[in-house]
Amino acid sequence: MSFATGLPSSIGVLLATPALAAALLAPWSHPRSGAWINVAACAVSFLAALGLLVQRPEAGPYILVDDLNIVFVILNTFVALTTAVFSATYISHELETGRLTPANLRIYHAMYQVLLFGMTLALVSNNLGVMWVSIEVATLSTVLMVGLYRTPEAIEAAWKYFMLGSVGIALALFGTILIYMAAQPVVGEGQDGMVWTVLVTRVQEFDPALLNLAFVFLLLGYGTKVGLAPLNAWLPDAHAEGPTPISAVLSGLLLNVALYAVLRFKLLLALNPGALAPGPLLMGMGLASLLIAGAMLYRRRDIKRLFAYSSIEHMGLIAFAFGIGGPIANFAGLLHMVMHSLTKSAIFFAVGHAVQVKGTQKLSDIRGLTTSHPLLGWSLVVGVLAIAGLPPGGVFMSEFLLVTSTFATPFPLMLLAVPLVVGLLIAFGALMLKLSGIAFGAPSPGTAPVKASYGPMLLHLALVLIAGLYLPGPLVTWFQHVAKLLG
Amino acid sequence: MPQPIFPHLVFDVAHLLAGAMVLISLMMLYQGRLNALIKVFALQAVALAASVAWQAQAQHAPHLYVTAVIAIAFKGVVIPVALHRMVARLGIHRQVETALATGPTMLAGIGLVALALVVMLPVTATSDPLAREDLAFALSVVLLGLLMMVTRRNAVSQIIGFMSLENGLILAAAGARGMPLVVEISVAFSVLIAFIVIGVFLFRIRERFDTVDVDALDRFRGGRA
Repeated sequence: MSFATGLPSSIGVLLATPALAAALLAPWSHPRSGAWINVAACAVSFLAALGLLVQRPEAGPYILVDDLNIVFVILNTFVALTTAVFSATYISHELETGRLTPANLRIYHAMYQVLLFGMTLALVSNNLGVMWVSIEVATLSTVLMVGLYRTPEAIEAAWKYFMLGSVGIALALFGTILIYMAAQPVVGEGQDGMVWTVLVTRVQEFDPALLNLAFVFLLLGYGTKVGLAPLNAWLPDAHAEGPTPISAVLSGLLLNVALYAVLRFKLLLALNPGALAPGPLLMGMGLASLLIAGAMLYRRRDIKRLFAYSSIEHMGLIAFAFGIGGPIANFAGLLHMVMHSLTKSAIFFAVGHAVQVKGTQKLSDIRGLTTSHPLLGWSLVVGVLAIAGLPPGGVFMSEFLLVTSTFATPFPLMLLAVPLVVGLLIAFGALMLKLSGIAFGAPSPGTAPVKASYGPMLLHLALVLIAGLYLPGPLVTWFQHVAKLLG
Repeated sequence: MPQPIFPHLVFDVAHLLAGAMVLISLMMLYQGRLNALIKVFALQAVALAASVAWQAQAQHAPHLYVTAVIAIAFKGVVIPVALHRMVARLGIHRQVETALATGPTMLAGIGLVALALVVMLPVTATSDPLAREDLAFALSVVLLGLLMMVTRRNAVSQIIGFMSLENGLILAAAGARGMPLVVEISVAFSVLIAFIVIGVFLFRIRERFDTVDVDALDRFRGGRA
């Protein structure tokens, strides 16, 4: 808090806004105005996140804002804002068709803000315990949202998500306790043993064996939340059965937050000379996710499940990039993460519109979109081409960087470029196959115009295309700097 | 000053209580009936509370008493009573279906305890012995809880498996000397359990299927392939 100026600090606003908005929205009985309060709260959060660039708080025992997490915070609040705009129009359609009641929407909007609060706190926390609790809060809020439609499928998805998510979160806690145990003989009892900034300076003296064991638990625990294979079973169901804005937020944001947690611990391990190298573990899980999810894409019959598997594939790619490490691969990983968030949420916005006009999520019943809804259809085409890694989308650039940096590694490691390229091609083929059916041919029934706003979708796609053609210099410098920090 | 009669009393009692938790976890594995399972779970909560309270006394950490009280009041009394009522209302108190027979489950359980000891003891050789043994037992309880979640098909017993897993985590957190936020974490877990599991899910699942057998959910897998 900047007491000197009397103005509220960015970080205070960033954390207080979603908490207050959640408290306001929980009893708010008018869903339409509630949706716009949701948007307004997200806008304030986004502005506060931008404010962090100018006015960065000092690292305290609980809060830490550094060059790494600022990227995540800005990306998160931005996508949360655009998704809230999309959600506002999407939700009014769901109200008209009676799929959701005003009571459902009270939960929905309150939980949206709780999710935002949990994610932001997880990103800016300087304390392992606080980070753990806030990721748990974020998970809980999404479980409630995934089960919102109360259909048998939605309940099954929420149950599965809850069970696997809880096990993941429990393993992560055990890992956190082990990190504390490793830190305790060196930094002493109490608070300090869980503070990042303290741990990072003293980690060389920790017992490497205990650190290794802790990292395995943390990777399994938070890796479940990232959706890395073989812990990805909850992800497609949760994406397919919840409201579409939640699919966009899950894919675009929550997975990144969990990945951020893994990255922090990777950094910690990398600083201890005796500890195992965390890279190969991340690379293994990343490649497995890429190949498994790529192969699974072919047999999908549900449009949201299709793109959920594509998210697993891309999280795998990002984990692989950070696993390789080095300035270029880390840069590729960061860029890919940002591009994936923007592109995938744009795709989910388009899918949300398509599902509402066609009244189904079945791929076989969504055909010929470019004929019946040209703007929507072509936007989806652009989005899918971008996520499949075709130029000039931003994803192409990051995938290209990733493949070249894999080739540039020393001999046995460079062979990994082969499965990497194979995985990319498998996924590419599957997406093209599905896309041709969705976009072209004779349109399936359901040709009513889309009432919801295309704004968020077009904005995201424009950003992705621009990033593919031209990345602003300061952004590149910032990413290079962060990539170096990541080691 | 006279020599104490039991020089290792602090350690021995902690060992006994944590060991009791592992034993109770193994007992849970072979409980056939839901009501019996709930009672055994309540017993574990009591053992957890005693264990945490002992740690509070041994470490001179009064805040841990709060965790102990939460354990005994919430998991020892409130949750079991609520689960008993729910099981009675749902009429599923007779039999627990397991995916695996009792024999193999018990063998797997013993294997997991051995694994926990083999993994934890060498790694923590330099740690405080009190924390060290606690951590090995805690990992056993965590793994046994996971095993229970995997082998049971019934939603109530899966929840009990999860809560028992969580007992193991609280034991580990209490054993780590001076660890901050233990109370907050145990509160967060209680909220997790109370809110989601009891409040929302079971009632919705019951509403839709008239059963809390997770197998029933599998029939509704739309668009899976």
